[in-house]
Amino acid sequence: MAGSIPASATVEPVAVAAAARPRRSVSPWAEAWRRFKRHRLAVVGLVLLLVMIAMVALGPMIWRVQINEIDFSARLNTPSARHPFGTDDLGQDILARLLYGGRISLAVGLAAMLMAMVVGVAIGAIAGISRGAVDAALMWLTDLFLSLPQLPLLLVLIYLFRDGLKGAFGPEVGVFILVVLVIGGFGWMSVARLVRAQFFSLREKEFVEAARALGASVPRQVVRHILPNSLGPVIVAGTINVAAAIIAESTLSFLGLGFPPDIPTWGRILFDAKEYLDIAPHWALFPGTAIFLTVLCINFVGDGLRDALDPRRVL
Amino acid sequence: MGPYLLRRLLIALPSVLGISIVLFTVLALAPGDPFAEMALNPNVPPEVQANLRKQFGLDDPIWQRYFRWLLAMLHGDWGFSFISRVDVDKLILSRVPVTLAVIGASQVLALMIALPVGIYSAARPYSWFDRIASTLAFVGFSLPTFFTGLLLILLFSIKLDWLPFVYRADLAATGWDWWVQQIKQSIMPIAVLGLFQAAGWTRYVRSATLDVIRLDYVTTARSKGLRERAVILKHVVRNAMIPVVTLVALTMPQIFGGAVVTEQIFRVPGIGSLLIDAIQRNDTPVVMAVTFVLACLVIAFNLLADVLYGWLDPRISYR
Repeated sequence: MAGSIPASATVEPVAVAAAARPRRSVSPWAEAWRRFKRHRLAVVGLVLLLVMIAMVALGPMIWRVQINEIDFSARLNTPSARHPFGTDDLGQDILARLLYGGRISLAVGLAAMLMAMVVGVAIGAIAGISRGAVDAALMWLTDLFLSLPQLPLLLVLIYLFRDGLKGAFGPEVGVFILVVLVIGGFGWMSVARLVRAQFFSLREKEFVEAARALGASVPRQVVRHILPNSLGPVIVAGTINVAAAIIAESTLSFLGLGFPPDIPTWGRILFDAKEYLDIAPHWALFPGTAIFLTVLCINFVGDGLRDALDPRRVL
Repeated sequence: MGPYLLRRLLIALPSVLGISIVLFTVLALAPGDPFAEMALNPNVPPEVQANLRKQFGLDDPIWQRYFRWLLAMLHGDWGFSFISRVDVDKLILSRVPVTLAVIGASQVLALMIALPVGIYSAARPYSWFDRIASTLAFVGFSLPTFFTGLLLILLFSIKLDWLPFVYRADLAATGWDWWVQQIKQSIMPIAVLGLFQAAGWTRYVRSATLDVIRLDYVTTARSKGLRERAVILKHVVRNAMIPVVTLVALTMPQIFGGAVVTEQIFRVPGIGSLLIDAIQRNDTPVVMAVTFVLACLVIAFNLLADVLYGWLDPRISYR
């Protein structure tokens, strides 16, 4: 009974009878995909997300308007055939800027998630496999990071290190590296705790004991046996992390402390647009909706994955 | 209870110290120097500069500077804001009440939405109410606060012209009128923060309640013939609230982050907008002190959560 209630209410309560029927053996990934498909909103979210990724990846090749083409005769235009999303205060095309900025926003989200995953899995795995003092120290560090006020610290770090990195790598790459490092550096704690908890329970399982009895070294036990089995929750956490990183980047840019004005990420466009809210609301509405839709889709996909990747759940 | 509290306080202390070390190291490692601008000024001779640097101890090793700073902080000497021309502690003290009021009100709003909706959803899982509430909660926490803020301003200030979109600390009105204006200008900042938190917590309250509602003692209570209302309110909710309390305290860092954004959108003169102003004007003593105060507030709330946790759940022993 406990397993039959999915975590999310938005999932369809499908017939449990399907599980009772004898099935052909399927690979775990095919099984996960079958479960994922049951979560209708997650599938919609996945499709929308793929469409959006395709748009920002290929869009600038099709919609060939320059992002910094200034046209004072077309200032603050409302959406029209020439400018489907309207123009900003310098007459720049908002659609072109959105497509370009989307690349950066999504890239920051993915890169920061990857960093958080790598750090989190490493720390969680080390803490989980080596009990005692190492575990206690690493968990103290994790708790310390969890109790830091993140946004203020993000702001402070960006403020302090922006000019140095800009000088070293150029404005675009420098800020990108800084933003990814800082956001990723604050996103690993939940992953570390998750991985540690998984390690604690998996470490004592029979199949790991069998591997140990066969003489597998500790690294081999971890890499071949424990880690693959703890991947499910990690993938879910990774998905949610992408959404959090996109929001964090947009927040920084929205506060005027992220990317410079000539790099129009979604948050930066909102920052520029907020002073013109009364005369040009479209300017703020399009990037805001883009952020919202992306985050919503990612969250739905994460919800679907949560249901799909938990093998104990009967779906 | 007493020894437990003391022990928790003693555990919190290293955290405060840890945070102060992290903060100080970050600031010390960062490029830039309070005297960098003066070095470019040809009117200040190099000897004077060197003397000033010596006087403020800028060339000492970093750990000496850290302890000097820590001692000064403990003595209540938080430095002087060269931009605003006041002592940093006075500046911060004048801003903290506004922030705490906005955060407090928004948390109350969030709990007033999240508790009833989450519990009702869990009492009737997969009903229409549950589905609509869950979908709305999903939408709610996918909407970033800065976008909700702009949407509310667009709707209520620009289109409908009901509410002011700039928060003013110096309202001209007095008496009854002051309260009306104060409430009108507080509605949007509180709503933005509160609704965002409510969305996240509703999901959590629902799942926490669902976990409890399936336990045997609830079935026992029902089979005794208690009314459903009594079963839910007296038996289920009490136990379901234990993890919720922890979550509420643990999301505090996030809430302070949200407060920074909201204060910036609505120009609320709180500690968050003070931080942004200070960053934009290179006012390092203020930046440092604000971040430290925020960190201490977060730790204080965590401590509060631990104490509440023990009080709510007698199964936890105060060892």
